[in-house]
Amino acid sequence: MRSPGFRHGVHPPEAKELTHRLPIRRMPYPDEIVLPLRQHAGKPATLCVKVGDHVERGDPVGLADGWVSVPIHSSAAGVVTDIGMWPHPDGSMATAVRIAVDRYAAQVPRPRMVPHWEGLSTEEVVRAVQEAGVVGLGGAAFPTHVKLAPPAEFPVHTLIINGAECEPYLTSDHRTMAEYPARVMFGIRVMMHTMQVTRCVVGVERNKPDAIEALRGALPTDLDITILPLTVKYPQGAEKMLIQAVTGVEVPSGKLPVTVGVVVQNVGSVAAIAEVFETGLPLIERIVTVSGHGLLKPANLIVPVGTKLKDLLAYCGGLTPEAAEVIIGGPMMGQAQANLEAPVLKGTTGVVVLQRNDTRLEKVYPCIHCGRCLDACPVFLNPSLLGDLARVNRYDDMTDAHLSDCMLCGSCSYVCPSNIPLSQLFQASKVALRRAAAGAA
Amino acid sequence: MSAPRPSGLVITASPHVRSQDSTPVIMWNVVGTLVPVIAAAAWFFGISALLVIGSAAIGALITERVFGRGDSLADGSAVITGLLLGLTLPAGMPLWMAALGGAFGIGFGKIVWGGLGQNVFNPALVGRAFLQAAFPVAITTWPTGGGSFWTLRGDLFALPFMHPVTDAITAATPLGLLKFEGQGTDLTRLVIGNTGGSLGETAAVIILACGAYLAFRGYLNWRIPISIFLTVAALSTVIHLVDAQRPDALFMLFSGGLMLGAVYMATDMVTSPVTNRGRWVFGAGVGVLVVVIRLWGGLPEGVMYAILFMNALVPFINRATQPRVFGSARKGAA
Repeated sequence: MRSPGFRHGVHPPEAKELTHRLPIRRMPYPDEIVLPLRQHAGKPATLCVKVGDHVERGDPVGLADGWVSVPIHSSAAGVVTDIGMWPHPDGSMATAVRIAVDRYAAQVPRPRMVPHWEGLSTEEVVRAVQEAGVVGLGGAAFPTHVKLAPPAEFPVHTLIINGAECEPYLTSDHRTMAEYPARVMFGIRVMMHTMQVTRCVVGVERNKPDAIEALRGALPTDLDITILPLTVKYPQGAEKMLIQAVTGVEVPSGKLPVTVGVVVQNVGSVAAIAEVFETGLPLIERIVTVSGHGLLKPANLIVPVGTKLKDLLAYCGGLTPEAAEVIIGGPMMGQAQANLEAPVLKGTTGVVVLQRNDTRLEKVYPCIHCGRCLDACPVFLNPSLLGDLARVNRYDDMTDAHLSDCMLCGSCSYVCPSNIPLSQLFQASKVALRRAAAGAA
Repeated sequence: MSAPRPSGLVITASPHVRSQDSTPVIMWNVVGTLVPVIAAAAWFFGISALLVIGSAAIGALITERVFGRGDSLADGSAVITGLLLGLTLPAGMPLWMAALGGAFGIGFGKIVWGGLGQNVFNPALVGRAFLQAAFPVAITTWPTGGGSFWTLRGDLFALPFMHPVTDAITAATPLGLLKFEGQGTDLTRLVIGNTGGSLGETAAVIILACGAYLAFRGYLNWRIPISIFLTVAALSTVIHLVDAQRPDALFMLFSGGLMLGAVYMATDMVTSPVTNRGRWVFGAGVGVLVVVIRLWGGLPEGVMYAILFMNALVPFINRATQPRVFGSARKGAA
């Protein structure tokens, strides 16, 4: 039987065999953690500690600044040693709180009330999730509580849980589903209750049969939850592709999923919500896949948020002599790191170390109009045309060619035989257009 | 453990990985599949075939090397142009003409447009159109095949601008026979390629097999040749039914340069549409023009002009066949 999917897309080598059978382990606390105040989409958190403060594990160091914002909590007990600019995984410098971890602390969080979710109103659940600093753990780090309270004019009929994990190398969602199916189900239960949704579909790519089996084994009898195996294809985990695979509906161009009555949450975020109502602990650690052929000991690890890349990589045996590129996230949409002092954030799905031969540092040839990018683009754009326009800075013509529908999935660049960095050109064009719009306003 | 070495890190924009196919890989694969086609030409026309094709290729390569950017020879596209041009020439073509055609094809068919990827017209056909205009007699003098491998057919080594001494035994092409003598040709001979004609016009089966390989590997888009074949077959069948004097579909498909043109020239990625719907339109256009020129035009063969004409329309075809963007209304829907 053909499994549900979407049209177009690409098939990069999955490379998940490096870690997909490795159980999740806990990484020991590093000597220092660094917590940027900007870790999520929306407004950065506002600082609420000062140098010299002692913090326990789970104490806030930054508070939510408005509705689309979440607090940041310390992932370890220690002392704030510095507040200043620090390398951010996005390549910039950002305000961050440095905490010297107390080596002999028991790392026991302060005693706290664990809210009983069934007794809470929707608003109270949403507030608890926001206060716990939960964001989308699939990479974009959009505050989760905002999605729990969709606008009233759009009734939500289906909650979709994203367990596709289509990025090569990454297996953190896979291991979460395989090892913590009950926690995932509990998180779904809380969400369905809060959002008053009666139907839930968990989409999982077919290449994770053990995860599918584990989830099916944990299905509660009183809820309408379906585990849906999906075609293995990149970008199956993109929100619009997943919604089409599950519901058959295309989210209208420029619209949010909620306009078709659907809310999508990443499976890791669901587990994080569950933890809030299991332990009362905020989001201070996450499951990170550390993998790649340039790494000696690939692993799936529970990593304290704020752990520096160099400490994480060192714990995973260090780099091989052929290691060439360190990427936060997957190789299709992740960000190459120039500075290994940058910390793991809430949205860090994985850290992938590529060898020189795996990278795309190769000659760029002219576009020969082969049309492969058109056959790859999951939203049916003409990347070949857009690339030609981007190179001559014709941004307005790019808007007419639907640049705004591009989600920078990288499928076009992946297939381009001429190695043209299409995705990069489109990202730069989007930035240029935003700047122009800001300048005009 | 070895310590991380931040200084040696590679920084690229996402995606950080790419598929294995590259433009040179595609081009050299096309070159590779031309080897059997050239071998077939050599089988029928002997050493003359190799000399003519080689001269066209050398003309193309020298021009690319002298006027192209950087090491653009390495991408393989100039080799393809030269070999394809050679395959469109008769075995008795004076070599200097073949080389000049290669030079003209690369120079005016490609370099002046800005090099690889920028040209509107197929460079090999530009070269051939030039030769057709400049040397109409030489390019329509088709020596017979067969005989010894070492036979020199025609005045290959004529000096530039000297009148070639045509002493070879010549044979009309099937299309010429049809047009000017009203005479048909046995289909088996057409399919095997044992007829008069240009070097690459005679190996229909081999060209089809090579095209199938390229299509299977994704190095050419199957929609274009299929569209051409279907259009030519459908149109000539209808015409044949109306007027039985006109040739039937099989003759039209297997005669002349249709196979070479449909598989290797019309599918040139640079000069054909990027959209799949556009490729169907493009192929259909080529097919209609081929039939019209062959049956009602002044020339016996029309593949070259059909493709060149449709090349000119590619920008318009692309614009008219843009894919529907995900999440936007379907055509016809409200």
